[in-house]
Amino acid sequence: MILARKFYSSKMKGLLVLTALFVAVFGKKTFEGDQVLRITAKNEAQIFLLKELSEQEHLGLDFWREPVHESLPVDVYVPFHSLQAVRVFLRYNQIQYNVMIMDVQDLLDDEEREMVKYRTIPRSTDDFVYTAYHDLNSIYSFMDMLVAENSNLVSKIVIGQSYENRPLNVLKFSTGANRPGIWFDTGIHSREWVTQASGIWFAKKIVTDYGRDPVLTDILNNYDIFLEIVTNPDGFAYTHSRDRMWRKTRKPNSGSSCVGVDPNRNWDAGFGGGGSSSNPCTETYRGPSAHSEPEVKAIVDFVKSHGKLKAFVSIHSYSQMLLYPYGYTSTPAKDKAELHELARKAVSELQSLHNTAYTYGSVITTIYQADGITVDWTYEQGIKYSYTFELRDTGRYGFLLPADQIIPTAEETWLALMAIMEHTKNNPY
Amino acid sequence: MKTFCSVWLLLSLVELSPAPPASQEPPLACTGAPDPAPPQPETAEDMASTGDLEPTHYPARRAAQVALHYLNTHHGSPFRVFGLQQVHKASAEDVAAGGRKYKLDFSVTDWGSGSAGPALRCSADVLFPRTERHSAPKVELHCEALQQINSTAQEDDAFYQKYISPDSTVSARDIPDSFGNMSEEMQPFWRLARVAASFIMLRESSENTEFNMAKVASITQQESSEEQLMLEFVVLLHDFPSQEIVQWKLLASWSPDRGVRVLQTEWQPRCPHATKPPN
Repeated sequence: MILARKFYSSKMKGLLVLTALFVAVFGKKTFEGDQVLRITAKNEAQIFLLKELSEQEHLGLDFWREPVHESLPVDVYVPFHSLQAVRVFLRYNQIQYNVMIMDVQDLLDDEEREMVKYRTIPRSTDDFVYTAYHDLNSIYSFMDMLVAENSNLVSKIVIGQSYENRPLNVLKFSTGANRPGIWFDTGIHSREWVTQASGIWFAKKIVTDYGRDPVLTDILNNYDIFLEIVTNPDGFAYTHSRDRMWRKTRKPNSGSSCVGVDPNRNWDAGFGGGGSSSNPCTETYRGPSAHSEPEVKAIVDFVKSHGKLKAFVSIHSYSQMLLYPYGYTSTPAKDKAELHELARKAVSELQSLHNTAYTYGSVITTIYQADGITVDWTYEQGIKYSYTFELRDTGRYGFLLPADQIIPTAEETWLALMAIMEHTKNNPY
Repeated sequence: MKTFCSVWLLLSLVELSPAPPASQEPPLACTGAPDPAPPQPETAEDMASTGDLEPTHYPARRAAQVALHYLNTHHGSPFRVFGLQQVHKASAEDVAAGGRKYKLDFSVTDWGSGSAGPALRCSADVLFPRTERHSAPKVELHCEALQQINSTAQEDDAFYQKYISPDSTVSARDIPDSFGNMSEEMQPFWRLARVAASFIMLRESSENTEFNMAKVASITQQESSEEQLMLEFVVLLHDFPSQEIVQWKLLASWSPDRGVRVLQTEWQPRCPHATKPPN
């Protein structure tokens, strides 16, 4: 009461009421009872009050439309626990409002139907829904099921741990010991969802076609295939939980509030050059040193200890390109002519299925200068057939490619991968 | 006073719970602006990028994308948005006043008519000025048969009539959603956002950028003014060379007669990356 008298003024009273009703609720799991209010301020004083309201961080309000001018409605997302306080505040100050969304959870339930539909946990990889995007747990379960169903052909190797201690899982497809190998990775940039989704499809394709498709069977009888589907699991989890547009790893950077390193600028090939950034707050931040990211180091260690990888394909999206080294220098790769011709062939195979137009060439000429990229490093390790894909589309949906394009994308890309694998097998080195 | 007391009573009934670990909750407001994304340096090929250009390489493609944004600002509508299909020929030359002019021969398709749409052949001159502070590229564009492609006047009018009514208060977020889904109803709004965003993408473009619209974060219909649909958009743009996602809020008007006009634009910092646009 004493406090109230001391700060008496209609504006401050309103604020104090709010502060008095402080409830800190974090880490909430549902949006039940949350509402979205549309507020109509009738004068500048009310706008001022609303601006003050927006500064009360403990209420957890999210202004979808900020208070700007009394002629423009103000939309605010109000978590359930703050509803009472906000309503009191508005009524006390005679600010008009109406309820735009009665219950946010209802809305979210509608939105989530895409994934809820498939929430019945698949009992086998034949049950698995390839036409939808999945979260990390589902994908890891898929891997375990695939191994269990095809234990003569597939095994799972854990090549390391992500920064947040998630396992870095690689599927190994092998029909014999001491074979040379072929590597594919998807999802090194977490927001490129069509790549992880395609990786899942490739895994199933391999087990389906072995013993049925003569070309693949011949490849697998001579080479092992390694497939890392979620190459950046921390980033991937983050795209599901917080920011769909997250690209990098999730490792904090000392001396900066910005998180993450671009795992495709962190490799020791032209590391530190102009085609990468030294600023931790940027999407192409190279990291404090080459191979500083555990996600990258794990692959580096694997490649070096394997010693006999003959093809390495790193898969990204978007822009529909097939690219070969280099990204860090305009000096042509020693094997450029062969790599260019193989790219031409692979793209021609790809296009034959759905007429999807691809361009191809070296990274630096076709897309942009990029330093410290995966395939420059693998190429310099002696893995001649080092390629980077950029899958669909060319910018219409970009990273948010509709799920109904997953299978067409995976199918056409597979034809290109087969062309690369076949060429590798027919040209041993 | 009375209200205050009763509210104070309410407070005593309310439970408090602990704050989250700082690492899990991004700041509600970003403190301090980090350095903007450094501009892309010129590569050896940039230096040599005069004369005939390889049409599938990025210098030609970036210039064509600028021409595309220009095309959309002039001819885009709720039922027509163009996408770049292919660059056929390209060349570049340095110009006397300082700057580089690209001559392009390329094809576009209308995303509004689905994948069955015919390709439209265009030619353009795109001039990137070389000034100390960024200034927008200048475009001269000619597309053959632009007048002959199927008119969308009927759909435009129906859409206009539906939403110009004073009761209309369209409001939506995340178009498309994380899975690429977009309702039928939202598609014309997405296209309008894309067209409006093209004004910004055109203005912000340089030889070192390549913009697409990644997503519409929100659409809020404003009160119609002068018989124009008034829409406030928050759009996320994606720049290829820097890979940055850049957020812009804009206010646009549209009617079948006047087309799209952008009235206000405001760059919005995105936490935790508060990166300014590349230029």
